[in-house]
Amino acid sequence: MLFGLLLGFLPEASTMARPVDYLFWFCIAVLVFFTALIFATIFYFAIRYRRRSEDEIPPQIQGNLPLEIVWTVIPMGIVAVMFVWGTALFIRNARPPADATDVYVTGKQWMWKIQHSNGRREIDALHVPEGVPIKLIMTSEDVIHDFSVPAFRVKKDVLPDHYTSIWFTADRLGKYRFYCDQYCGMGHSQMRGYLYVMTPGAYEAWLHHGVQAQTMAQAGALLYNRMGCSTCHGTGKGPPFAGLYGKTVRLANGSTAAANDAYLRQMILYPGQKIVAGYRDIMPTFKGQLTEEEVLDLIAYIKSLGSKPGNTGE
Amino acid sequence: MATATVTAIPTDTGIETRNYLNADYGLKSWLLTTDHKRIAWLYLIAITFFFLVGAIAALLIRIDLLVPQGLIVTPETYNKLFTMHGIIMVFLFLIPSIPAVFGNFLIPMMIGARDVAFPKLNLLSWYVFVTGGMFVMYAIAAGGVDTGWTFYTPLSTSYLNTHVMAAAAGVFIAGFSSILTGLNFIVTIHKMRAPGMTWFRMPLFLWSMYATSVMQVLGTPVLAITLFLVAIERMFHVGIFDPALGGDPLLFQHLFWFYSHPAVYIMILPSMGVVSELIAAFSRKRIFGYEFVAFSSVAIAAISFLVWGHHMFVSGESVYAGVVFSALSMAVAIPSAIKVFNWTATLYKGSISFDAPMLYALGFIGLFTMGGLTGIFLATLAVDQYVHDTYFVVAHFHYIMVGGAIMGYMGALHYWWPKMTGRLYPDRWARVAAFIIFIGFNLTFLPQFVLGYLGMPRRYAIYPAQFQSLNVLSTAGASILGVGYVIPLIYFIWSLRYGPVAGPNPFRAKGLEWTTPSPPPPHNFEQTPIVTEEAYAYGSGVPHSV
Repeated sequence: MLFGLLLGFLPEASTMARPVDYLFWFCIAVLVFFTALIFATIFYFAIRYRRRSEDEIPPQIQGNLPLEIVWTVIPMGIVAVMFVWGTALFIRNARPPADATDVYVTGKQWMWKIQHSNGRREIDALHVPEGVPIKLIMTSEDVIHDFSVPAFRVKKDVLPDHYTSIWFTADRLGKYRFYCDQYCGMGHSQMRGYLYVMTPGAYEAWLHHGVQAQTMAQAGALLYNRMGCSTCHGTGKGPPFAGLYGKTVRLANGSTAAANDAYLRQMILYPGQKIVAGYRDIMPTFKGQLTEEEVLDLIAYIKSLGSKPGNTGE
Repeated sequence: MATATVTAIPTDTGIETRNYLNADYGLKSWLLTTDHKRIAWLYLIAITFFFLVGAIAALLIRIDLLVPQGLIVTPETYNKLFTMHGIIMVFLFLIPSIPAVFGNFLIPMMIGARDVAFPKLNLLSWYVFVTGGMFVMYAIAAGGVDTGWTFYTPLSTSYLNTHVMAAAAGVFIAGFSSILTGLNFIVTIHKMRAPGMTWFRMPLFLWSMYATSVMQVLGTPVLAITLFLVAIERMFHVGIFDPALGGDPLLFQHLFWFYSHPAVYIMILPSMGVVSELIAAFSRKRIFGYEFVAFSSVAIAAISFLVWGHHMFVSGESVYAGVVFSALSMAVAIPSAIKVFNWTATLYKGSISFDAPMLYALGFIGLFTMGGLTGIFLATLAVDQYVHDTYFVVAHFHYIMVGGAIMGYMGALHYWWPKMTGRLYPDRWARVAAFIIFIGFNLTFLPQFVLGYLGMPRRYAIYPAQFQSLNVLSTAGASILGVGYVIPLIYFIWSLRYGPVAGPNPFRAKGLEWTTPSPPPPHNFEQTPIVTEEAYAYGSGVPHSV
């Protein structure tokens, strides 16, 4: 760990970095204490009780129950602290605030494609504002990847056919690296980029800079018409979309589902898997007809039709 | 490699008695042997070969990482190198290492039996193992495989055009060797103990071998099934793991780690057993808290099947599954800590000598302590979310597998070599090598903890320049470590012909294996021993060396 001190620490650039570092350094303290204890004890015993004569017979000691209890209970207490501390932080890090800004990340061999809600796209780069909670909704077009931002102390695997997400609030301006941390084939080590933390003002300027493309919701609306969604979903043959996002939907089989990103994706690509109560199983699959980015556009469009606030979780 | 050398031990330099090495001559007498001691040699030769191949891959990896862009190979080749290194070292070296060599040689001798329960099955296990190994060697010779040793789907099933099938077939086949060996050992320990050899008189090595065998028998079939499913998806495009075919990519990880986490304990528990033997012998003391050490092996084996999810904290597995697996993973730390404390306490008021095997045992305790404690970092959810899949993980499991498992293996090799060959190696060189290995190891892997903390991902052929100095340091350490491994290779081969005659018990240790001549006669004991005391009864007197 001396080398870490010499090289300078990795910057703590998000609100969750410092709490994770406190826990990390607590773990380091436990590591150093017990390693030092064991090494010192071994050295002391090894020298103090070195063999003095070839025929020496040392006193035979069977064991000591109180000692066994002590060195069972103390480590239990220490790992219990690590467990509770680590779990509390992890659960907090798994729950994005309701007002987090969604940014969409699609991994493919071997690049990261980023979409912002207003339609701004970037590749192997991610611009975020300082002080604003950002939620990355991530999926993969091929194999499993992993989006890792060491300066923020977060990472999560990025899976094909699933949405996973991480969130963070950057609190230090600067340029930080992000990496693919899950081995994904030949170009794995080049599947990385830079994350830019900007002031909110600079971020707004960046977001609206250049030729203004359509927003994701607008792109989704065009798709909605082009793919013929409106022939059913606008006419009562299929469930309506207004105010759908975030609601709890009753299904034909009696169960319920939360209308979140993963649900909407599943309904577009595998419509037969969940039938909304009161409707027939007539929707064709759009699997293979839409890219992951187009699915995200459609979801953004559905979101734009109104959502129930406070229920945007997984 | 050494078959000819072994059989060529001259009988005119002191070892004249009939023993398992000179009882029969010729290649056929080795390749068709059912003597557990000769089968141990067959394994030793095979795994030494595989170790060298795996070590060459490691060497090339470390040389390549000297510069950020990669010094000698393309990223494609780099990916094949770390895959080969992992597959060979895990499946063809570490898993068979102590069980197949020292388990085979010692279990019958330690319990006072003539052989294992199923000698022919034992020989078959070796042929199965070598066949599996040949498939892996073929995969390399034919152009390599780049899945990583973990074979993660859907990359391995739908995206790679390398020799995945040959490598997976090799691992699949070698797994059966592991199952058969485990089965053989379980039956042997249950049914073939000499009169008076009760469970609690057994050397602790046998407790750990027993626990290991149970894991091999219960865990390995799951790996076989998993690789079989990979093959089906790859060849027939049946959707099992690849979502594009209708499968679930996380299912593979659950199945794979259900075996491959216990596999970590299959690698480390035998070493723990060896260390118990070494600490007792070179302190001339019963292991402190024998029952606690024995049952901690069983506890580790039992809990090891319930912790696989800690490889998947950031995989998209549910947060609540993560919480449960975190708690269970923490639980494994307790029996491991109990072992470390009891070994250390055994030294108290002992009569400690510093022969080479003891240096490895003490090195094991120190390095395993560090490996184990950094394992708790990774069981802590929020910390894992930070360092998962970085070099921190690489450093952690090398502390367990090299600092732990291989230190134990080297200790075993130095401790029982005189028994196996009847010859001594040069003790001074052996101690020097042990120090070189300890220093080289730490210099290789301590910088990797820092690299992980700084965020360097594992399996990167090309890395940001900021990580170069630590990588150079690591490579420098690896070259020292390499020297440390070459020295024993030389003096062990030297000792086969020129080593001084060891005598039955050069370390004056307790245990049935030391009551026989060195090398032991073909059927180990002249007559079945009657056991009247526990394995470490040093209080009743220290045995003489002859």
